[in-house]
Amino acid sequence: MHREALKGDIILKAVVAMAAVFIVCLLGSLALELFSGSNLSIAKFGLSFVIGRTWDPVHEIFGALPFIYGTLLTSAIALLIGLPISIGVAIFLTEKLKTKKGIAYVLGTLVELLAAVPSVIYGLWGLLFLSPILRDYVETPLHSYLSFVPLFSETPFGLDFFTAGIILAIMIIPTISAVSKDILNAVPNSQREAMYSLGATDWEVTQKSVLPYARSGIFGATILGLGRAVGETMAVTMVIGNAPRITADLFSGGYTLAAAIANEFTEASSPLYLSALIELGLILFFVALIINVFARFLLWRMMRGVRFRA
Amino acid sequence: MYDSEPEKDKDTVKRISLATGTGRRRRVVDKAMTGLVLLAVALAVTPLVLILGVVVLRGAPVMSLSFLTNLPRPVGVPGGGIANALFGSFIMVGIAALIAVPIGVGAGIFFSEWPESRLSTVSSFTNDVLAEFPSIVIGIFVYVIIVLSTKTFSALAGAVALSIIMMPIIARTTEESLKLVPMTLREASMALGVSRWRTVIKVVIGTGKSGLITGILLAVARAAGETAPLILTALGSVYFPTSLNQPTAALPLLIYTYAISPFKDWQAQAWGAALILIAIMFVLNLSIKLFIGRRSVVRAET
Repeated sequence: MHREALKGDIILKAVVAMAAVFIVCLLGSLALELFSGSNLSIAKFGLSFVIGRTWDPVHEIFGALPFIYGTLLTSAIALLIGLPISIGVAIFLTEKLKTKKGIAYVLGTLVELLAAVPSVIYGLWGLLFLSPILRDYVETPLHSYLSFVPLFSETPFGLDFFTAGIILAIMIIPTISAVSKDILNAVPNSQREAMYSLGATDWEVTQKSVLPYARSGIFGATILGLGRAVGETMAVTMVIGNAPRITADLFSGGYTLAAAIANEFTEASSPLYLSALIELGLILFFVALIINVFARFLLWRMMRGVRFRA
Repeated sequence: MYDSEPEKDKDTVKRISLATGTGRRRRVVDKAMTGLVLLAVALAVTPLVLILGVVVLRGAPVMSLSFLTNLPRPVGVPGGGIANALFGSFIMVGIAALIAVPIGVGAGIFFSEWPESRLSTVSSFTNDVLAEFPSIVIGIFVYVIIVLSTKTFSALAGAVALSIIMMPIIARTTEESLKLVPMTLREASMALGVSRWRTVIKVVIGTGKSGLITGILLAVARAAGETAPLILTALGSVYFPTSLNQPTAALPLLIYTYAISPFKDWQAQAWGAALILIAIMFVLNLSIKLFIGRRSVVRAET
């Protein structure tokens, strides 16, 4: 009987360990397949793929710079708008509402629900509802009064870097605010009590003892949000206008790495074209890998052992 | 951690010493910051209200039984529906769950019951990274390994892509809910002479069951809304699928195709399909809340 039990233990451990090994192998083979799939393009263009500004499927000249630029620009707009709002939400949920858990729970759930909305619905809403509104009430006024500023010089059509950045901002708010909320909750109460005992106001406590303590954790949350923005595909594809351009003009149509893959993959007519698109995926793979590993590292260090999710 | 440059300290002392005085400026700043924080909350919640409101308002007019039971029809022909998309989504998410649940739950058990092993650390970290990975990259992966070798877009390829998205979610929630099972329960079981594997299967999983189901539902919800990987694997179709080896429609794919089309008729149907998709999400999230409600130890995390 003993031997049988021991055998059962070994079998169970082996079976579940195999599942764990499978997950590691999955990430490994993802990288391998992307490398082998982009073989053709790597061999032909080498490093110039990353710095090439031309994307011309007809003449088979492929450079990824416009997509990298678009990805960075839209993510930057998203962080610029989304980060302050997310931190505000996290402060509200942890610092302002400590005694009224009910309201915090409802509001927290509402913000979390934003994360549950599928990205294609963000895209649909952004394309048919938000983009005309932004065009008529935000972009056109900015353009007509401030067209001498290079950021606003182009006649707005509503499908551009700006709209994509706004949609991304909305999409990363639940990620950053949920993780920041966990971080702020983990700040020891003695930090706050010490400040209150000196007669500080609520904001002084938040600003001088809570936020400095949580700084690196919030930074980790921000990087996690950045990862979301960089990899987001559908919503961006539907509102960015899909034009490979490098310009400071926010009202110009653009393109991102993910959007180019989603939009052109099934149209890729030649092996080289397909290979170039897979190489865009490879770039996205590495960017996402670096961002996520960095974010996890920051968060793990902040709260040893406690893991975060968004 | 705490910044304690001498100059800043002096500043703090000066400000705080004001507490005994009128401190009017400090109170104004405090009020202003409270206002800003409230504004941030309002700005965060507004899009949700606008999205749900617009989807319901624009989706409701196209809603009818025939919308759910008809096949798509060409532009201009009234009475098009989403039956094949609903069916395709159901089939692909179902097959994806069949693949992802055993592997995800297995990995979760390993992370929770053998946390001391190095494999557990490495795999758990990989799992976290995989969970946050851009889904379009997973689509390319499945395109290269399945679509290129079978030479056809298919429901099977779509299901495999969705399963890779579900796996890390299931593994993570499994691990979390099993870790919440008190160590004393395991010890009590083993002290009675029950072997470790029986303890894990009967006691640990038995106790953490509702958390496990929560994880699976979460993963199903996520997969049901995924679009990007399906573009490269299932492709979409206007017909009813007759085998797993042909291009297959899915609800999110249909929303995408109709939304970017220039036809008002199709755009209206996209809103209708979006309403159905949101309703499915709502039901799934509601069942998750119900499962969590039954056992208070499992925290709600989306």
